Amino acid sequence: MKYVDEFRDGKLAKYIAANIAAEAAPGRTYNLMEFCGGHTHAISRYGLGDLLPASVRMIHGPGCPICVLPIGRVDHAIRLALENDVTLCTYGDCLRVPASDGLSLLKARARGADVRMVYSTMDALKLAQARPDKQIVFFAIGFETTTPPTAVAIKQARALGLENFSVICNHVLTPAAMHAILANEGGAALHGFVGPGHVSTVIGSQPYEPFADDYGKPVVIAGFEPLDVMQAILMLVRQVNDGRAEVENEFTRAVTRKGNRKAQALVEEVFELREDFEWRGLGTITHSALQLGPIYAGFDAEQRFGLEYRSVPDNKACECGAILRGEKQPRDCKIFGTVCSPDNPIGSCMVSSEGACAAHYAYGRFKDVAVAAT
Amino acid sequence: MCLAIPARIEDLRAGDIAVVSLGGVRKEISLALVEDVAAGDYVIVHVGYALKKLDLREAERTLALFAEMGKPDELRGKLQATS
Repeated sequence: MKYVDEFRDGKLAKYIAANIAAEAAPGRTYNLMEFCGGHTHAISRYGLGDLLPASVRMIHGPGCPICVLPIGRVDHAIRLALENDVTLCTYGDCLRVPASDGLSLLKARARGADVRMVYSTMDALKLAQARPDKQIVFFAIGFETTTPPTAVAIKQARALGLENFSVICNHVLTPAAMHAILANEGGAALHGFVGPGHVSTVIGSQPYEPFADDYGKPVVIAGFEPLDVMQAILMLVRQVNDGRAEVENEFTRAVTRKGNRKAQALVEEVFELREDFEWRGLGTITHSALQLGPIYAGFDAEQRFGLEYRSVPDNKACECGAILRGEKQPRDCKIFGTVCSPDNPIGSCMVSSEGACAAHYAYGRFKDVAVAAT
Repeated sequence: MCLAIPARIEDLRAGDIAVVSLGGVRKEISLALVEDVAAGDYVIVHVGYALKKLDLREAERTLALFAEMGKPDELRGKLQATS
């Protein structure tokens, strides 16, 4: 595919790798966090870790919306689907997230709940138009990339006067999570960030400037193809070597400093900041998520159905929390690949293909097994 | 979740809708989040919405940057010269 294949060239990837190896200073370590789950997936899928020198270590960040969604929020959706006779629509990845009482949305569907997977918010809206007798609830998750499409659907629902459509809003904010990672004392010691690509097409590169200016951490925004990620790593190594902390943009073909103003304006019109939101692994973070603003509050399913949030602790054996904070790797988890697998996920990081555990399970787990010569 | 792919706009339809080609697969997407796009443009598609028009000149510039990268043999020569 055009503008995809060119960025997957194996020979060029080796060139960039050789440059990284040549420029990474001996005796120095480079702990770099790829914030976004899409980058985690690319690094695992294309084996980029194997192209890097031992001094450059990639630490997986919390930028996977499925992974950071706490059990209590999924419980909301399950309860609503089982008890209120609504049709609950959501993106495919959400269906398998483990929640309370051994349930997931998929298991709730097996118990008779009307749970549907949609590709786009438009599908949920069409369903609401086709079924005026049913309450259609869209369980909205995602970072700034997925938020504008939810805003469009809510705005259209209001314009169409759809009274049977509402949204459980779980949209979260990237910069708030990056602040939380850096504020976590004793946590991962980071030398820089590979910044999200698609999130940044919407918010621009400007919101990352405080991480360079105030925290002294270099940020390089990268596209999601392997060459993009390798180039961003090279740019980060150079910044660390030079003692610079700047926001640089590798993904110039899609990201500008100001981002997509039209999408930003829509989000501002429809949503407002939520006072507090609980993240899996990162705890409750102030002003880190969105809820429907005053004009559109009528479409807030939490208000419409009187949903009360209840925090639920994770499975004790699961290390998702520490993995999301960059403190541990999937291989450090006792239940990784044994009790917890993509077929039977115990923690959220094993669900989505962008989750650190699922990516390691799919592409990297055999590297940890000693080869026995016979 | 934030998975998105570049796709070529084939045809514009009424109501901010476009038909895109994703490596030959045709799909209807919404243009509600972008401005000034025309048939032939490449857009980044995410959950059925175009998020951003691709800047083709910048894409070429990034590729040119990769192509200028020091080749492994040259780097080896440079490393040996400095050591």
